[in-house]
Amino acid sequence: MADKEGLFSKKNINLLKDPLNDNNPITVQVLGICSALAVTVQLKPAIVMAISVMVVVAASNVIVSSLRNLIPNRVRIIVQLVIVAALVILVDLTLKAYAYDISKQLSVFVGLIITNCIVMGRLEAFALANKPWASFLDGIGNGAGYGLILVVVSFFRELLGSGKLMGFEILGHKAKTIAESTGLYAIGYENNGFMLLAPMALIVVGIYIWIQRSFNSKLIEI
Amino acid sequence: MELANIFIKSIFIDNMIFAYFLGMCSFLAVSKSVKTAVGLGAAVIFVLTITVPINYLLDTYILRAGALQWLGSSYKDIDLSFLSYIMFIAVIAAMVQLVEMVVERFSPALYSSLGIFLPLIAVNCAILGGSLFMQQKDFSTITESVVYGFGSGIGWLLAIVALASIREKISYSNVPEPLKGLGITFIITGLMAIAFMSFMGIKL
Repeated sequence: MADKEGLFSKKNINLLKDPLNDNNPITVQVLGICSALAVTVQLKPAIVMAISVMVVVAASNVIVSSLRNLIPNRVRIIVQLVIVAALVILVDLTLKAYAYDISKQLSVFVGLIITNCIVMGRLEAFALANKPWASFLDGIGNGAGYGLILVVVSFFRELLGSGKLMGFEILGHKAKTIAESTGLYAIGYENNGFMLLAPMALIVVGIYIWIQRSFNSKLIEI
Repeated sequence: MELANIFIKSIFIDNMIFAYFLGMCSFLAVSKSVKTAVGLGAAVIFVLTITVPINYLLDTYILRAGALQWLGSSYKDIDLSFLSYIMFIAVIAAMVQLVEMVVERFSPALYSSLGIFLPLIAVNCAILGGSLFMQQKDFSTITESVVYGFGSGIGWLLAIVALASIREKISYSNVPEPLKGLGITFIITGLMAIAFMSFMGIKL
């Protein structure tokens, strides 16, 4: 019986854990790539973006799941989009109020959460067929899985591309001449500016998938 | 702007996938065989060619600052452009629902092979992106917006068919096991995007 199931039964814990690795939204389900490429130039916006997406996925999953028996199948996409758009406007206004600088940096990408495939994908694939609590956990799990990739990719892109993390110059300061520079730059290290361009995000994600699947052989496609 | 100019530019220079990285999700997931790729590409062309002009009319006659002037001079100060996201997405969602019903009725095989990605065209960033770029580009006639939507669709179709053909070929190559499938696709797309960067900055 479903009522006897605890709030954190094994099945529910798996809903949280699976998206981090075995069923990651980006590397396994192939959802939400566009924003993952666009916001991963620096670590800080990537973290804020990940949290915003997590909130929107979880909240919209709960709402759609509670309404799932009321939404007519034929017009479900419009209903879902209106719910998601309303939530994204809430997130956008909250960011503007409490983290104005970052919200300016993210600019259109907060608005583009509306068209983030993770949100619609989870609504279509999970929330329409499951209870609100399970949908909530699924939303949190998928948001976290998305965030994990964002953080890893932006870590490498910011570190190798501009020699910084969260805006701090951790590889030393780069001045105009080698003599005035400190840290690694003093011995002639150069930033790889190519890491800041969008194609490199694709390649970094590709390498991440390679490493993930070397350790997790059941994900290998034949 | 000349129509031919807009057409060529929207296909190659402003390619939705390689220049703006819009619509990646379905691009990566539905590019396993050329046949499905052509089907989805055709659906994207169709939806873009219809939604861009409709949204152009919405933008010109309802949303833009001063657009409501045709109702009378007392409306000329109204600026509804903050509503454009939600209006555009509503038009797109309605059109996608229509396309979904048509495809389900006339080609069940294509319907089942596209799976979840048909409803996801609604949230394909390329479609919303097409309308938003159209808003920025200030087209002067509706014909230009039709040509722009059609050209962007063709560009998207070309990109997905190119990737699908590479993937069909590469299935015979000896790729490292863990890199097979999605991993190598990401890297191929990255390399294709680097190649397409050479179109950037070309002025027609």
